[in-house]
Amino acid sequence: MRTPPSLLSLTIEKAVLNLSHFSDLSPLPDHILLDLFLRTIKAGKLNEKVLKLFMATGKDEVLILIQTLNIKHILTPVLPTKDIKDSDIDIVIGALQPDLTSFLNEWRPVFSRFHLIIVKDPDLKEQLNIPEGFDHHVYTKPDIEKAVGASSTILFSGYSCRYFGYLVSKKKYIISIDDDCLPARDNEGNLVDPVAQHITNLTTPATPFFFNTLYDPFRDGADFVRGYPFSLRSGVTCALSCGLWLNLADYDAPTQALKPQQRNSQYVDLVMTVPARALLPVSGINIAFEREMVGPALFPALRLAREGKLRWETIEDIWSGMCAKVICDHLGLGVKTGLPYVWRSDKGDPIESLKKEWQGVKLMEEVVPFFQSVRLPRTATTTEDCVAEMAKSVRERLGSVDPVFNHAADAMLQWVKLWKSVGSVSSTPGDEGVGSSDEDYSGGESEAPECSRTPPVDRELKDKLFRKYGGYISTLKHEFSKKKKKGTLPKEARQILFDWWSVHNKWPYPTV
Amino acid sequence: MATPVSPIPLLKDELDIVIPTIRNLDFLEMWRPFFQPYHLIIVQDGDPSKVIKVPEGFDYELYNRNDINRILGPKASCISFKDSACRCFGFMVSKKKYIYTIDDDCFVAKEPSGKDINALEQHIKNLLTPSTPFFFNTLYDPYQAGADFVRGYPFSLREGVPTAVSHGLWLNIPDYDAPTQLVKPRERNTRYVDAVMTIPKGTLFPMCGMNLGFNRELIGPAMYFGLMGDGQPIGRYDDMWAGWCTKVICDHLGLGVKTGLPYIWHSKASNPFVNLKKEYKGIYWQEEIIPFFQTTTLPKECTTVQKCYIELSKHVKAKLGKVDEYFIKLADAMVTWIEAWDELNPSGGKAAELANGASK
Repeated sequence: MRTPPSLLSLTIEKAVLNLSHFSDLSPLPDHILLDLFLRTIKAGKLNEKVLKLFMATGKDEVLILIQTLNIKHILTPVLPTKDIKDSDIDIVIGALQPDLTSFLNEWRPVFSRFHLIIVKDPDLKEQLNIPEGFDHHVYTKPDIEKAVGASSTILFSGYSCRYFGYLVSKKKYIISIDDDCLPARDNEGNLVDPVAQHITNLTTPATPFFFNTLYDPFRDGADFVRGYPFSLRSGVTCALSCGLWLNLADYDAPTQALKPQQRNSQYVDLVMTVPARALLPVSGINIAFEREMVGPALFPALRLAREGKLRWETIEDIWSGMCAKVICDHLGLGVKTGLPYVWRSDKGDPIESLKKEWQGVKLMEEVVPFFQSVRLPRTATTTEDCVAEMAKSVRERLGSVDPVFNHAADAMLQWVKLWKSVGSVSSTPGDEGVGSSDEDYSGGESEAPECSRTPPVDRELKDKLFRKYGGYISTLKHEFSKKKKKGTLPKEARQILFDWWSVHNKWPYPTV
Repeated sequence: MATPVSPIPLLKDELDIVIPTIRNLDFLEMWRPFFQPYHLIIVQDGDPSKVIKVPEGFDYELYNRNDINRILGPKASCISFKDSACRCFGFMVSKKKYIYTIDDDCFVAKEPSGKDINALEQHIKNLLTPSTPFFFNTLYDPYQAGADFVRGYPFSLREGVPTAVSHGLWLNIPDYDAPTQLVKPRERNTRYVDAVMTIPKGTLFPMCGMNLGFNRELIGPAMYFGLMGDGQPIGRYDDMWAGWCTKVICDHLGLGVKTGLPYIWHSKASNPFVNLKKEYKGIYWQEEIIPFFQTTTLPKECTTVQKCYIELSKHVKAKLGKVDEYFIKLADAMVTWIEAWDELNPSGGKAAELANGASK
């Protein structure tokens, strides 16, 4: 006769089924907690929320078990995964600092699925330090010179180095984040996946012709409000997605100097289309775009005389962003702003920057009336044509105001040429026409990312747990293989599944 | 630099709260802590013989249809009957500088922290700080605490312009049109978006009258809620109409319109089939109305709100009159409205002239 189940085991079974209703597991005695944990895994009920519940107990045994079993947080992407593949996306990083180890390690849960293009600032002398586990290409000064010629390399110095990445990318979408930014957390404490959010922004329509008071109507739980014309509800393609920053917001030096303690702590849960004909400062710190549509309109053209290595000593992204907006308006493309946020690290001394000339700030005063009134001819139907027309207007109307605008116009035309020659070269993946210089970084391309950091482990406790529960895991495997299958799967299919289980029984869940 | 107003003044002698109602005013009990210092103007729609009970302790004046007819005489024809559009009568008879209007099915909402939202205080904050319609700030309203103008925002535009309208939003039942309500009857707005922003110049928006504040001296005469309800072919476009006229005039006069916070809790979902009947014509007409407003320009000589509005009414008659006869009637009503406004507010014109130069 089978021993009837104990009250305790029945209780734990019931608890497994109702875990989503628990908010706190810490009152449970340790041995029950561990039992619950293992049964949860066996029942296949370990999701992110439940995992957080167990981790929140702070019990060493649970944490060590999690580590031993190699259980990792999964970031659930908002990607409309049916249409967009990871291989459609390039992440472009402009390296202005040599050591990208902590930067990339922090971004690992988000970035490790994608291909990275890392462009080293040509002015940076030190070698780049890149951790293992990323599929990436590095471009340095020799690569840039080879691709565009020595005279054009100046275009890509400083923050502008990332534009080279835009040029050589072959992917449909580009996402670019400054190398002093880290993942942010939303109001619930969840890690923000900016790649997923940018892609959502870019793959849902924009609505530039009429303002929707509930913001992006294509977000979950939102829609067009009463009074929104039906003919405008299909929207237009969104070609540019501008994200925001927590902590150090993208202020200019005077603002930051006047408010040295001010940090942006407001996570505003908003995505919206910037209306047509409205101008905005497009910050390059956290940006994403559809490469073919907008790539030619994002260029390194407005270089300040004393441009520096801090964002508030540059204006190139603001200039190109305003051009891009005018061009998007002209071509009927949408620009969104708002989510996602990144967390921008404290850097630089605004007072020091203030001692330099305020050239950028002065120049902005000249350009606003220009951008508000510039009109592109109907004949300009491609982005490249639009840029050429803009360059013409810039020269005509701003050239006499300041020589920097003539240089900008020249650079814009140069960029269009480069885009047509270098930018549209189709290449097979792995083509090393412009390739990575091996000696400049540590670590190479590798397969699945390994656990990057190992916090200190109580060796004795770990061994104890392994002895106690290690057998349980192989029992699970055995149980699964024993279970009578009611389906009519052919033997070969069952063998394939069993083989898969043999390999994955330690962590049988889809991983990032 | 952007400096928020602090502390927020009550403005209790400068602001009237206008509430249209046909039911009762029980909802005021929940608002008591926030509304009690203010004077209320109740506009009773529907059957004038019904007695609307106002909770004790509120200072108010109440107008029913008989009062409207008595005060305006023949001009009363411009005020809608059996529609909340009648609220604009309250705007006309008020003597205060600011108006806050709210529907009687709107309650106090809570922030994510659980704290009650003082909607009126936020509207006042919005109205007393400048707007920035000429250049979009990516961190939204730079005058809110903790925010500022971002890099690249031209310094010459950082003073902003006076704010004429503060458009608040709603949690729970969202302000959807009838077709959307029919498709998504269960959808609720649960997203608290902690932002206020200026709607850029040249951009139209759907203005909802449920939770709305405005500077009556700057833009009052443009807040005419049209001919709706009984005897009219259309309903539920009163606030939309007022919003489009207001935005075009604000853009012309260099005034700002803000939207976003504060939220109120909208409790009652109206019947979507009834709404569909009211909105039906509007949904088609709006396709003509929007291009009309997007392309209408007002001449430089229109320097007051009244002049802008009269000019607008001429355009309405000429261009939209072709769409339907209703617009000819509406254009006439727009003129009647201005005449009535000027009669009841003889010094109103002077205040409106200041709109161009006033900095607050």
